[in-house]
Amino acid sequence: MSTVAQRPEGAPALPTVSRRPGIWDVYRWELVKLRYQKRTYLGLGGAVLVPLLFVVAIQVQPMTHHHNDFAFSGYLTRSGLAMPLVILLFGAVWMFPLIVALVAGDIFASEDQNGTLKTVLTRSLERHQIFAGKALVAATYATVAILLDGTVAVVAGCLQSGFNSLQSLSGTIVSAPKALELVYVSLIVYLVPIAAIVCIGLLLSTLTRNSAAAVVGTLMISLLIQLLGVLPGLSGIQPYLLSTQFNAWQGFLRTPTDWAPIIQALWVCALYGVPALVAALLIFLRRDVAGG
Amino acid sequence: MTVPPPPIEVRGLVKRYGELTAVDGVDLTVESGDVYGYLGPNGAGKTTSLRMMLGLIRPTAGTVRLFGRDPNANAAALDGVAGFVEAPTFYPYMSARRNLEMLAAFDGDDASERIGWALDTVELTGRAADRVGGFSHGMRQRLGIAAALLRSPKLLLLDEPATGLDPAGMRDMRLLIRRLADDGMTVLLSSHLLAEVEELCDRVAILRSGRIVYEGTIAALARGAGTVYRLASTDDERARAICTAQPGIGEPKDAHGRITFVGDEAAVAELSRSLVEAGVLIHELAPQSVTLEDLFFSLTEGDGAAPAAGPGSPATAQAAL
Repeated sequence: MSTVAQRPEGAPALPTVSRRPGIWDVYRWELVKLRYQKRTYLGLGGAVLVPLLFVVAIQVQPMTHHHNDFAFSGYLTRSGLAMPLVILLFGAVWMFPLIVALVAGDIFASEDQNGTLKTVLTRSLERHQIFAGKALVAATYATVAILLDGTVAVVAGCLQSGFNSLQSLSGTIVSAPKALELVYVSLIVYLVPIAAIVCIGLLLSTLTRNSAAAVVGTLMISLLIQLLGVLPGLSGIQPYLLSTQFNAWQGFLRTPTDWAPIIQALWVCALYGVPALVAALLIFLRRDVAGG
Repeated sequence: MTVPPPPIEVRGLVKRYGELTAVDGVDLTVESGDVYGYLGPNGAGKTTSLRMMLGLIRPTAGTVRLFGRDPNANAAALDGVAGFVEAPTFYPYMSARRNLEMLAAFDGDDASERIGWALDTVELTGRAADRVGGFSHGMRQRLGIAAALLRSPKLLLLDEPATGLDPAGMRDMRLLIRRLADDGMTVLLSSHLLAEVEELCDRVAILRSGRIVYEGTIAALARGAGTVYRLASTDDERARAICTAQPGIGEPKDAHGRITFVGDEAAVAELSRSLVEAGVLIHELAPQSVTLEDLFFSLTEGDGAAPAAGPGSPATAQAAL
């Protein structure tokens, strides 16, 4: 450190940045950062492992007609395409909210805890650009986790039970290729309530500034909403609960397609997600970065 | 022709946290080319001020302008500005180079082309591929400087850059800052290491309890303190009484078996005559230099009320004893 190297040519004479960074730069580097973090692989590992455990469980103790008391469970041994749909039903309880919260709840809070927020906020980026980049990465991670889980479930299920036709919830038989298409459309619709969970995670991440509190808090809110749905006397609010929207994809598994739950999911999830996202943005824009 | 705005112009800056006033009406102007010392004991409000200057926290009142721009308005106000507050922080799971690549991407322009140069400048090229999590405190400080240099700054704000460094590291840090300043950078150096400030800075602001108690050059501060004399005699008790009675001599104080006082040359000559006439023989009567440390402690310690002392102020001179 005894000498200062020759400054390269081309440094601007006036303190003005002519080519400014943008949301894309934040998005790209947030993805790079995710690659280095254990929690990324913890969540994705869970998304891969759960379908495999289902397959092993069915192999060890094949489902009988006594166990087919939930949608598609009776088809698990007849068509591998039932596997992702059954996992969508189970995953809504805590698995997917947890996987999603691992990144959404951590993405701002960890920067607070490590003191790195001040490092990025003193560069050439606006706060809203940093927020948008991070929010997009949290959404990307959630999308990848759901699609990865679904794909592993399709592959593992088909290896175990075959690529066979599926009976829809209306009782009609759906060909295997059509059923595969419906599985992926269902996965995409499933992303709607997942996006609302992401927004809640982002809000808690900016609000608590504590990674563990934000991750656990997101999961707790998800569980609490589900609890409200099973409480006696509250059946009237069930259509408006976030947990109910996790079943919206079943509209595609009816003949003809029932769009009502899907459309309901879109606006109900927006009621949960948009205020949470806006609140998170406002908190992030206005807050003092005094720690770290 | 319009005069370009100064790198830093702070007016009436206040930051309150509930009942606590961390920064209380700070006015500050750092001119282009200054190496400006921002001094104060822990908790005086230095770091809070710097956070406001970098747009990390919003002032309760007052304004900050960097090259005439408000850092709380948008990121463009930080163009040409770099630095760090408290210890520089990085992503521990990424290498030094990866961290700098990310920060360069967030800086825009051709910042990425300066990564090699910045690493060379802080002598971290050999450790560029190592994860920052394994870096020592000193290496992180140096990486913090490298990260600042990526922005090709015209203004560098450094908060305690030598804190936690070993003596060699502190010396290297001082040399680096000196050379960057020689290269034309304006530097605001927040520190409580007085030797560092004395060696590097042309001008200083001394902060106490959130208020600036001195602002100006170190030379003017020392001049304002007057000359301090040290007296040893055959009868210190009578000598003290004569000092007290002598016009032009400040209030005498005891210091390590000697009497110290402030006075000008003529008054001291009269004092020596008075002492001899009173039969008090002089063992020692000599001027002693007042260090920045003496001045610093005189301005930042003592009872709660912060004196608004400036160069030439009797309060400064007397308190420096």
